[in-house]
Amino acid sequence: MKQFLSFMRKEFRQIFRDRRTLVILLAMPLVLVLLLGYAIKTELNGAQVAVFDPSKDDETRRIIERFQASEYFTVVDELTEPKQINEVFRTGEVSLVLVFSEHFAEDLLRGGTSVQLIADGTDPNQAALLTAYAQGVLASYQAEWLEEGKASGHIRTETRMLYNPQSESAYNFVPGVMGLILMLICAMMTSVSIVREKETGTMEILLVSPLTPLRIILSKIAPYFTLSVANVVTILLLAVFVMGVPIRGSLWWLSVLSVLFILVALSLGLLISTLVSSQMAALLVSGIGLMMPTLIFSDLIFPIENIPVVLRWISDLIPARWYISAMRKIMIQGVGFTCFAKELAIIAGMAAVLMTAAWKNFKVRLS
Amino acid sequence: MMLKYLLEKEFKQMLRNRFMSKLLIALPLMTIVVFPYVTNQEVNDVKLSIVDLDHSPASSRLTQKAASTDYFRLTDVSPTYPDALKRIEAGDVDLVLEIPPDFEHDLQNEGTASVRIAANSVNGTQGSLGAQYLASLVNDYSREWREENGAASLAMPEVPTFDTHVRYRFNPMLDYKVFMVPGLIVVLLTLLGGALTALNIVGEKEAGTIEQINVSPIPKHLFILSKLIPNWIIGLIALTFGMTFGWAVHGIVPEGSLGLIFFFSMIYIWAVTGAGMVISNYSDTMQQAMFVLFFFLIMLLLTSGLFTPVDSMPLWMQRLTILNPIRYQAEVMRLIYLKGSSFGELLPYFFWLCGFAVVFNTWAVMSYRKSL
Amino acid sequence: MNEKVIETKDLTKRFGNFTAVDRITFDVARGEIFGFLGANGAGKTTAMRMLCGLSCPTSGTGYVAGFDISTQPEAVKRSIGYMSQKFSLYEDLKVWENLRLFGGIYGMDDREIARKSDEMLAELGFEAERDTFVRALPLGWKQKLAFSVSIFHEPKVVFLDEPTGGVDPITRRQFWELIYRASDRGITVFVTTHYMDEAEYCDRVSIMVDGQIRALDSPARLRAQFRAETMDDVFQQLARQSTRRSD
Repeated sequence: MKQFLSFMRKEFRQIFRDRRTLVILLAMPLVLVLLLGYAIKTELNGAQVAVFDPSKDDETRRIIERFQASEYFTVVDELTEPKQINEVFRTGEVSLVLVFSEHFAEDLLRGGTSVQLIADGTDPNQAALLTAYAQGVLASYQAEWLEEGKASGHIRTETRMLYNPQSESAYNFVPGVMGLILMLICAMMTSVSIVREKETGTMEILLVSPLTPLRIILSKIAPYFTLSVANVVTILLLAVFVMGVPIRGSLWWLSVLSVLFILVALSLGLLISTLVSSQMAALLVSGIGLMMPTLIFSDLIFPIENIPVVLRWISDLIPARWYISAMRKIMIQGVGFTCFAKELAIIAGMAAVLMTAAWKNFKVRLS
Repeated sequence: MMLKYLLEKEFKQMLRNRFMSKLLIALPLMTIVVFPYVTNQEVNDVKLSIVDLDHSPASSRLTQKAASTDYFRLTDVSPTYPDALKRIEAGDVDLVLEIPPDFEHDLQNEGTASVRIAANSVNGTQGSLGAQYLASLVNDYSREWREENGAASLAMPEVPTFDTHVRYRFNPMLDYKVFMVPGLIVVLLTLLGGALTALNIVGEKEAGTIEQINVSPIPKHLFILSKLIPNWIIGLIALTFGMTFGWAVHGIVPEGSLGLIFFFSMIYIWAVTGAGMVISNYSDTMQQAMFVLFFFLIMLLLTSGLFTPVDSMPLWMQRLTILNPIRYQAEVMRLIYLKGSSFGELLPYFFWLCGFAVVFNTWAVMSYRKSL
Repeated sequence: MNEKVIETKDLTKRFGNFTAVDRITFDVARGEIFGFLGANGAGKTTAMRMLCGLSCPTSGTGYVAGFDISTQPEAVKRSIGYMSQKFSLYEDLKVWENLRLFGGIYGMDDREIARKSDEMLAELGFEAERDTFVRALPLGWKQKLAFSVSIFHEPKVVFLDEPTGGVDPITRRQFWELIYRASDRGITVFVTTHYMDEAEYCDRVSIMVDGQIRALDSPARLRAQFRAETMDDVFQQLARQSTRRSD
């Protein structure tokens, strides 16, 4: 035991001595969470709108004013000819063009007029959002008419946005970015560092020592575990105090979940380190190989509901997907244990399986 | 002359690196064939719960109307609003439509009625899009109702009606793949053409072979060039694979010129390779180079507009992305693929990318020290 | 034979407050085998790196093959060969490919390279290994090959930084045969080593302590001067004067 402790101390000292790398490892997650928490957003933010209005009457003006007043749109251009529509789209100046028919106001009451919404479909999500919001603006204009005229048959809709009334993207993405960054940093630093020791030959020295494989693993992992916990704590502080993301649920379960997730990531890193032989390969597998699937399959940016069934099975294998889902439930929704028990169980299961696999593999390497 | 021998060496090493050649096939397969099925932010199949407290013909018609669209999937009819909320908490439901008691009565007698929509907006975009769609569905319903019952109500003034036609330019079916494939090709170019291969300078540092090069009379720019040219080739192979897969699997072909795509990709790879070499020049070990490379890679990729729109970012962040080369290449690719933009229209991008290439490569040559 | 191939005067290298090489002055004649000895941290490698044009002197002058190491490092590089203690051929290239690469780097053309390769492989008895990957060669062979590569372009001087680390005495002996043959062809050999028996093989030996050259003469005369039986004794006597911590 004493031997083990002194050995562990050596591991800690080794990692904490390399200041440059240590700073990178501690600062990198913070900068990433901070920047990405602000940068990854999908909400509309003053989309540029052009108007083609051959009618130019009071009604079209009222509609344009409504668009201008909306926080989602900025009317930037008034087109005079239909062929300009193509031009403004090609240069990417505007993403939506509002086209009124001629004699709009006159035809309005006769029920024979129309408004065309032409959107740049390049980014389908933005295009769908744009037209949905634009239709919302048009509907509110119509509702105004109905209320003024006290017409019958009007149904008011009263919308409540639950958990995130301001539609803050940060609420959605911060737990996601946390999952992504933790996964990558923990797995990457563990695998790259251990393979580095393999490459430089210092691993050999450990292997001939009288320590049991389990203790070698533990002492290797302990410093990274400490670093990862420090990362979680700083990221959470940053999320709450700088980015204003709430923690509505239980802090206790959040910690349990995060520790389990770190264990998953560390075991994954250890497993990778037993499978590859060069640092380059370790980086490729843990960095690129984990980054892309985690980014894409974890529900971080792309909703899982849209994934074809076969690929959804793959996404079920991505640990970050469950972590992110549970973190959103705990942090943003603040729901009780039963709601995220499934995610917690899956992550615990993954941790157990990966740790066993990593340990077995490591032992094979030794003998 | 010296360059010939250096290039020979780089190519032999490249061809012998099994890992690299596997990667050159595997990465495009994964990125271009599989990912486009996933990288889809479309909102459909929204799980809807309806709380019908009215139980009238009018309310059940509204229920039916909601259930009959592709957009919503009616997962259950909850007896009360709190019940529906619990279903949201459990994640079984995204959206709740509450029809109050006396809905039909109010609609007929008062002329107006109201419904309540509650959306899970942890994902703000999805939540508001769902709510917006549901609101316009209710709107349609009220219009139908007016048309049917209009004659019956007395003293109803004329109601203005107009149709709204929605059309989408460049991507009329709003196919997400059309948007993502060109973007993912840029990811491919970035990973294979530049970042990865540039690491091999640090590799030579660690192996000690760089000493042997440093004591030889090779000029710096020649050595850098011998690293750049293989990158170009790898990058262009990756590009070709990517575009071929995009066409064969997803049927996506560029609207604009192929030559232009290759031309811009060459400049882009030049820039990225330069940046990668700058990092490797400042790193002592592979480990450091990797962490730094990785840090920049993930940050630049996620702020490039490839996955989430640049326009949605806060203003200060948008300004920062001016310095992000990936952003330019992503836009160029999408412009050529979707809008068929010509060289003239892409001129600003050309200058920006050339600027990055020149700055990074000059920096790489300057910071590469043959002597200490 | 009095042509000076290496000449230094008060050559000094400082890193901050630390003076790694402290005003060393010596010269080496053409074809000479010059042993450059010193304990770890005595400044050998730093001095050698300056002479190779890898590192710029803080003060003092140095000429290698007639070129100033401070102002013409690239010209110096054209006329020298170098073999570092860290083995530095490309492991993923074959034997002939390494020869070809380094021949090409030093401006030889294809025909010259082909002729010289055949000659050299024959001399080493490596004909059968022409198509072997360097990584598959035993360490002693790799070192012989690395040495041959470093003199492939017939440089005026070859710098060897602890070339025989980690191999058995027989292979070391063979390695020295190669060094003698190169020296016979008029190539000056500048070699650092830890093995005192190797020091005996040199024409002249310098011993560095704490950045300074404390002794410089032929092995026989040094033994006489220090009244020592072997070069090892000479070295021990001098190394004990060191006040610098070796690492």
